[in-house]
Amino acid sequence: MWKTVLRRILIMIPQLIILSILVFFLAKMMPGDPFSGQINPNTDPKQLEALKRAAGLYDPAPVQYARWVGNLLKGDLGTSYIQHVPVTSLIADRAVNTFWLSILTTVISYSISVPLGVIAGRHQDEWQDQAVQIFNYITFAVPPFVFYILGIWLFGFTLGWFPISGSVSPSASGFWGTIGSQLYHIILPAILVALITTTSIVQYLRTGIVDNKVEDYVRTAHSKGVPDNVVFRKHILRNSLLPIASSLGTVITGLLSGSMIVETVFSYPGMGKLFLDSIGQRDYTTLTALILIFGILTLLGNLLSDIIMSIVDPRIRIK
Amino acid sequence: MSEKKENTAKTEVKKAKVSSPASSFKVIVREIVKDKIALTAFIVIILVILFTFGGSLFLNKEQVTETNIVDAYFGWGMNGHLLGTDDGGRDIVKLLMMGGRNSILIGLCVTLICETVGVLIGLVSGYYGGYVDAVIMRIVDFVQVLPALPIEIVLVTVVPKFSPLTLVWIISLFGWTSTARLMRAFVLSQRGRDYVLASKTSGSSDLKIMFREVLPNITSMLIIDVVLTVAGNIGIETTLSFIGYGLPTDVPSLGTLINFANDPVNVVSRPWLWLPATVLLLAISLSINYVGRALQRAGDARQREN
Repeated sequence: MWKTVLRRILIMIPQLIILSILVFFLAKMMPGDPFSGQINPNTDPKQLEALKRAAGLYDPAPVQYARWVGNLLKGDLGTSYIQHVPVTSLIADRAVNTFWLSILTTVISYSISVPLGVIAGRHQDEWQDQAVQIFNYITFAVPPFVFYILGIWLFGFTLGWFPISGSVSPSASGFWGTIGSQLYHIILPAILVALITTTSIVQYLRTGIVDNKVEDYVRTAHSKGVPDNVVFRKHILRNSLLPIASSLGTVITGLLSGSMIVETVFSYPGMGKLFLDSIGQRDYTTLTALILIFGILTLLGNLLSDIIMSIVDPRIRIK
Repeated sequence: MSEKKENTAKTEVKKAKVSSPASSFKVIVREIVKDKIALTAFIVIILVILFTFGGSLFLNKEQVTETNIVDAYFGWGMNGHLLGTDDGGRDIVKLLMMGGRNSILIGLCVTLICETVGVLIGLVSGYYGGYVDAVIMRIVDFVQVLPALPIEIVLVTVVPKFSPLTLVWIISLFGWTSTARLMRAFVLSQRGRDYVLASKTSGSSDLKIMFREVLPNITSMLIIDVVLTVAGNIGIETTLSFIGYGLPTDVPSLGTLINFANDPVNVVSRPWLWLPATVLLLAISLSINYVGRALQRAGDARQREN
């Protein structure tokens, strides 16, 4: 198993390098430089030119790239054009919010989708299955932002059950008060995102159960007189859970980097909202850093998925 | 398709143990007609196309997108505007027609590009296998893990002379990988079949085998993929337009209409601005997907008959 994991990690190194090159050139394509935010009518163009030269903006691209990567490795993502603070601290503040939103979403998502998938798989083609399938069609087919809008309209405005923006109420006080208020703000977006992320998990689980039901080992267990429930729990379900275990990695990173839309709709101060705000303000250092972070997160998510898969499914290891 | 092929397809379906691609169009049509919801969905798609494309034929883009502040924010049915007007006094019904058409059209264009590229790459990768396949698949993997939405947004803002066509290319940049993957899998399952081997021994060129023999055999899977991809691509365009980084502001889109819902005032007191577009988008996405899924069931014997 360690061989598989090690090989998988080795594959990630070239992927990281290509990602960094891509992000670097994307950053180069963006107009502006670290000094454009500081220009005022009194700035001497010559002085500005000297500043740019000193910062190495006229160096050849490979040199600039090497310096950029060097800074990255030191944890220096640059300074925000607009806010004039280190990008790392800007992102760190927001990342906490997105992190909690993602965690809650994942928990809700798995606690909805596993029962649904089991029901659909067990009662294949009966009404229970059809009901789950209809739910799945809707959550899969409809673009997520439509869901968020309708959810906010129904539960936020019409029924008034949940707050419709922000991450914490300004009047919240004390440790528990703050936590409570944060949870209250996070719950509706988390449920809405969770409803959408269930689709693939339900589908994997259902297909897995349907496929495993007709396998030889299941028939053997049945003919040996093992009770149906035991066969289902010990053989069918256990084997069908494998792909779900491995999807955990991608689900989490998908949430982290796909938070953009939900955070916009709910004006929730997370990384996704920061990304859109930065692009609105043309804050290119922050943008570059965020794209890099989103990219690294997805790579790590895939790595995590593959590793989980190789742990739970011995067949992959042999290959 | 020839008579002979249809016959073999039917016997394959009857065996129904192996999940094999449907080789017959008839199976697909039969499955759709049998399935009442799929039939309804199909009719909805036709109606939406008639409404958007047909309606747009009678509209003049300059007139529709012209602002006239005096007429701003008419409610349902006021002053002859069936669904009211937006902040610039534009008629919502007309915006829906043009916006719907633009969104569908972009979805179709992106699909055309992605499917062409995806099929070519899938064919080459699956047919040759070995090193070619390994290299291509690593590239596909890499593109697939890129955070598509953020990069698309950045490209939309930095590309000079941005137009709807540019948007099509930008979305296509990330869309081809899933098709390539899918096609590769189907080609892999075909390349060891007798007809391919026979064709090889009789000296057919690789190109001929790929395009004249393997490709027709995976056509039905391709059609299903096209249908589902169109829905997905409409979703991507409307999402981008919704957050303000899709179609240029003077080109109506369902996404820009739904964007009105980002303002709490509009959500509560002017639902005609965003609700009809939301419902239309819901209807299109759901119907296209339903038809696609029905096709898929028709194509996959195992999911159907067990």
